[in-house]
Amino acid sequence: MADRTQPLGFAGWAGIAVTAAIPVLIGATGLAVVLSAEGGRGLSASDWAAIHFTIWQAILSALLSVGLAIPVARALARRRFWGRETLITMLGAPFLLPVIVAVFGLLAIFGRGGILNAGLVALGAEPISIFGLQGVVLAHVFLNLPLATRLLLQGWHTIPSERFRLAASLNMGPGAIFRHLEIPMLVRAVPPAALIIFVMCTTSFAVALTLGGGPRATTVELAIYQAVRFDFDLTRAAMLSVVQLVITGTLALMALKWAATPGFGKGFDRPPERWDGRDWLRVFLDVTLIAAAAAFLIAPMAAVFVRGLGGIAALPDAVWMSAAWSLVVATVSTSIVLSAALVIALASARFRSGARWIESTALLAIAASPLVVGTGLFIIVFPFVEPSRLALPVTALVNALVTLPFVLRVLIPAVRDAETAYGPLADSLGLTGFARLRVLILPRIRRPLGFSAGLAAALSMGDLGVVALFADPETATLPLQLYRLMGAYRMDEAAGASLLLLGLSFLLFWACDLGGRLGA
Amino acid sequence: MLEMDDVRLEREGFSLSANVSISGPGVTAVIGPSGGGKSSLLALIAGFVAPDAGRIVWNGADLTGLIPGERPVSMLFQDNNLFPHLDCLTNVALGAEPVAKPSLETRERALVALDKVGLKGLERRTPGALSGGQQSRVALARLLLTKRPVILMDEPFSALGPSQRREMLDLVRELLPEATLLMVTHDPEDAQDAAQTVLVADGIVSPPEDTTSLFANPPAVLESYLR
Repeated sequence: MADRTQPLGFAGWAGIAVTAAIPVLIGATGLAVVLSAEGGRGLSASDWAAIHFTIWQAILSALLSVGLAIPVARALARRRFWGRETLITMLGAPFLLPVIVAVFGLLAIFGRGGILNAGLVALGAEPISIFGLQGVVLAHVFLNLPLATRLLLQGWHTIPSERFRLAASLNMGPGAIFRHLEIPMLVRAVPPAALIIFVMCTTSFAVALTLGGGPRATTVELAIYQAVRFDFDLTRAAMLSVVQLVITGTLALMALKWAATPGFGKGFDRPPERWDGRDWLRVFLDVTLIAAAAAFLIAPMAAVFVRGLGGIAALPDAVWMSAAWSLVVATVSTSIVLSAALVIALASARFRSGARWIESTALLAIAASPLVVGTGLFIIVFPFVEPSRLALPVTALVNALVTLPFVLRVLIPAVRDAETAYGPLADSLGLTGFARLRVLILPRIRRPLGFSAGLAAALSMGDLGVVALFADPETATLPLQLYRLMGAYRMDEAAGASLLLLGLSFLLFWACDLGGRLGA
Repeated sequence: MLEMDDVRLEREGFSLSANVSISGPGVTAVIGPSGGGKSSLLALIAGFVAPDAGRIVWNGADLTGLIPGERPVSMLFQDNNLFPHLDCLTNVALGAEPVAKPSLETRERALVALDKVGLKGLERRTPGALSGGQQSRVALARLLLTKRPVILMDEPFSALGPSQRREMLDLVRELLPEATLLMVTHDPEDAQDAAQTVLVADGIVSPPEDTTSLFANPPAVLESYLR
């Protein structure tokens, strides 16, 4: 009934200001980049190759992730077994997994000296290479197959159990059920899932940095990084940034319209009872599929764990130092993103007629290319300060920007629910400003706040992006340090650092999430 | 005296007009069919909805532009009357001052109010650990601290059984003898306890009438609603 627009209050205005700051930040850094580009130089052949590769690998990654997720999600949807819930929960883990750690784990399995090649060689076959297109796509599928599976599994859970009962009473077999029940659902569920993965893969930097490279496997983001870092060719970096802005901008508009929202931490209820597919062949196939998917997911992580345990005690001081810096960066960036998301969510809950605009603008950040924003900031600060001195603050800021859409997806509905249920009571009591925040909002959103804090902290902890652009050899976050160790082939230390980073990321998530649950 | 001067509210597929004055103290029942505008009337007086035309006046002071917290009006909602994460004492104390940490004096007054509604010793409990009747009493204790002259009740105590509800209404009257109370109700028996009754039907708020004569001689809309 409360359709009167509430006074926005300080927090509401702050929310609008922060929302407005997002396009300003993206725009200003973009503009700085554009202005520094000297005209008269077109895109070179290698630039075109980078554009081509960026799109191509993203298409392949999205198609493979979703294509493989369909049978896996179907198997998970129609089987019940011990550990099913745990497995589905674990499918959320790769989202928190530092990309560089995932790459290290994949190298341990699929790399030159990995388990797979050891087996191939023992059988007398040629070893395979994980570098180049196949490596980039493999890593993207590893990181996104679980997400795709969860998204599609949500689709399966939207099919009402009555339909399965009807199908059973009509004596439909698995094929008929697939045609009449599952395909119509997939037609709706697959495109948004594929689109969100495609968008995320176009801005993926760390995977290309570690597994790509060379003229045939360089993404636009990687090319920007190389132009700034190695050639110090800001004009080329600027032009590539414009290209990346066009790509991500187009995709952002598409994503806003059609993309799926990754559902985190949502409990999946028991699947509806089904009566099809009970013959031994189908059971065997489903079991094999689930086991293979689980092995693909778990093996690289297990490799990190096994190899890292030995190395962690012998880690050099520089690694511990970088871990400390990473914790500082994660703390700062989590504080920034939570404050920003909270005021945006408050503004959106109070300023109802503008809520759609506020949310859409804030979600624009999903298409912000960290490397472009980073390059812009680099160009802006370069005349005044040595960029490496700002490496950590800039990393914290950019990480906050990149995690903002995910945090908003969690906090906006939570704040809105709290305001819908208890806003009238708070209004009639005259609760405003800071008191309203402390009495009404914060206690009501404790759990989602803890969860999103964990999400932001883990993502920031594991991010390897803009820091690579700014840092000098003396400063490093833990992911960057790990990258350097891998580049120097100090694999035992890299294994230890991987395990440390993995442990810290999940510890941060777990601690924040638990903090939100306790007493909630 | 609460006056509504030519108040109009227009919404898609719905409108409400009110030109009535309600005198207190005492209980005025608000009855009428669902969707007729009872809840909108309360929302207008409380300030949750702004009228498209007209003025709402309390004892000569124009309330129309004020936000809910600034009006001399308290409201008892159908549900969500208490913050579930706060204990009873803090919930009651919020009636006196809208702050996170109530002053010592407010806490003392909250304890006294809880005692008056018969909840001595339960001040540390959260609402979830109380029965429905006890929760209603906590909300009533908060009204005692709010000390606002107009009290709106939107189907109050509807979660309670008939005898408990009657008991609560008697307690409200006993503890808030000075207040002007407006009570939306679905139950004609509850309405008959009130001295006067406002009928809200088809988007029109009728002036208050003596409850006994209204029910003895019901207009057509009321008759069809009661039957």
